[in-house]
Amino acid sequence: MSAQEAMSSRTIVVEVNGESYEREVDARRLLIHFLRDDLDLTGSHIGCDTGNCGACSLLLDGTLVKSCMLLAVQADGSKLETVEGLAAGGELVPLQQAFSDHHALQCGYCTPGMLMSATALLRTTPRPSEEEIRKGLQGNICRCTGYWNIIEAVKAASGQEVAIDE
Amino acid sequence: MLLREVEYTRPSSVADAVRLLDSHAGARALAGGQTLVNVMKARAASPDVLVDLNRIDDLRRISVSGDTLQIGAMATYTQIMGASEVEVSRPILGEVSAQIADVQVRNRGTIGGNVCSNDPTNHLPPLLVALDAAFTILGSGGERTVPVEEFFLGVYLTAVGEGELLTSISVPAAGNPADGFASITLGRDGTCIANAAASLESGSPRVAIGCVDAVPVLVRPTGADEESVRRAVQEAELEPPSDVHASAEYRRHLAAVCAVRAVRQAEERGR
Repeated sequence: MSAQEAMSSRTIVVEVNGESYEREVDARRLLIHFLRDDLDLTGSHIGCDTGNCGACSLLLDGTLVKSCMLLAVQADGSKLETVEGLAAGGELVPLQQAFSDHHALQCGYCTPGMLMSATALLRTTPRPSEEEIRKGLQGNICRCTGYWNIIEAVKAASGQEVAIDE
Repeated sequence: MLLREVEYTRPSSVADAVRLLDSHAGARALAGGQTLVNVMKARAASPDVLVDLNRIDDLRRISVSGDTLQIGAMATYTQIMGASEVEVSRPILGEVSAQIADVQVRNRGTIGGNVCSNDPTNHLPPLLVALDAAFTILGSGGERTVPVEEFFLGVYLTAVGEGELLTSISVPAAGNPADGFASITLGRDGTCIANAAASLESGSPRVAIGCVDAVPVLVRPTGADEESVRRAVQEAELEPPSDVHASAEYRRHLAAVCAVRAVRQAEERGR
């Protein structure tokens, strides 16, 4: 079946957090719905569904994207990393531990997206300045924390000293 | 949100993309999707067929040849921000790309998508007017190049016709680029309430004002001093829209402020 033929559904293969999945999906299915409803990976959240809040952020072949603005068929052949992949070994990664230590979440709804954005940031910028952290998390909205503790947590996860300790 | 049913196709060459766009009524090019997917959710657009351009590497090429900087229509904002070709010839394109939305949107959103959607609040249409860009459009009948004055036709409307594809955007490469951009936004790097771009490359300043009309408004002040710029904006007799963020009168004021700031930045850069 040629990828060039226009079709309303197709079979795709994606690797999510190291595990391969093959599924038939409608062309109109958003990637976030594919993950949550078809693969039962509900860690990535749907907040605004308009590309503003970043709760659905994940890494697509290493690039940070919002999965509510991508079709599942567009991810065919790609490697996805979602929040479920962070503590895959059952133990929190340092970034997650820092979020816990520094009270970087209250209701927690934005947290999966925040963690993925911070993960992407720390891969390219291992010791980010506060300005770089703010810029790196710009696409993620949090309505509880006022952001301060999130910035402290990212700073701590990168091995930098922070003003308020746990 | 559940989208209306749509067919999807993923060509691997520019020629195939044009053939697909031309052969399906109701086909639409899917670039970064950072606008289109959202307007599809709202049913403001309901294409029958999406022609996904994301696997056509030729469309992402950025190059300088001779005195022209050529940017493929599918170059993302992130790519433009990091391209040495842009940095040496027209760095303002990278600087302004870095002001668009957020990391995630910049990773997917493309220069071609930005200009083809031609939302009046977008950053790049006024900038490309100021830079005197040219647009290469490919259709089944062949290729044509459209100057920027003829590219932006109306809100969400450009010279790219049905069955056609914008393939690249060219701007003159400058030795000592004297370009500037200023905006008033909703929050940092948010939607523009008013913006203006300026270039002093071609003798008298080219100043393009966004957010005030269906297409960017080009004004040509006689000089780069503040009085000349303000006079030129005034003579344009702008009739901007009123909305919850700014009344028409306030937006007219902001347009002049942005124009002056953009020209000042262009002057400082050109020194």
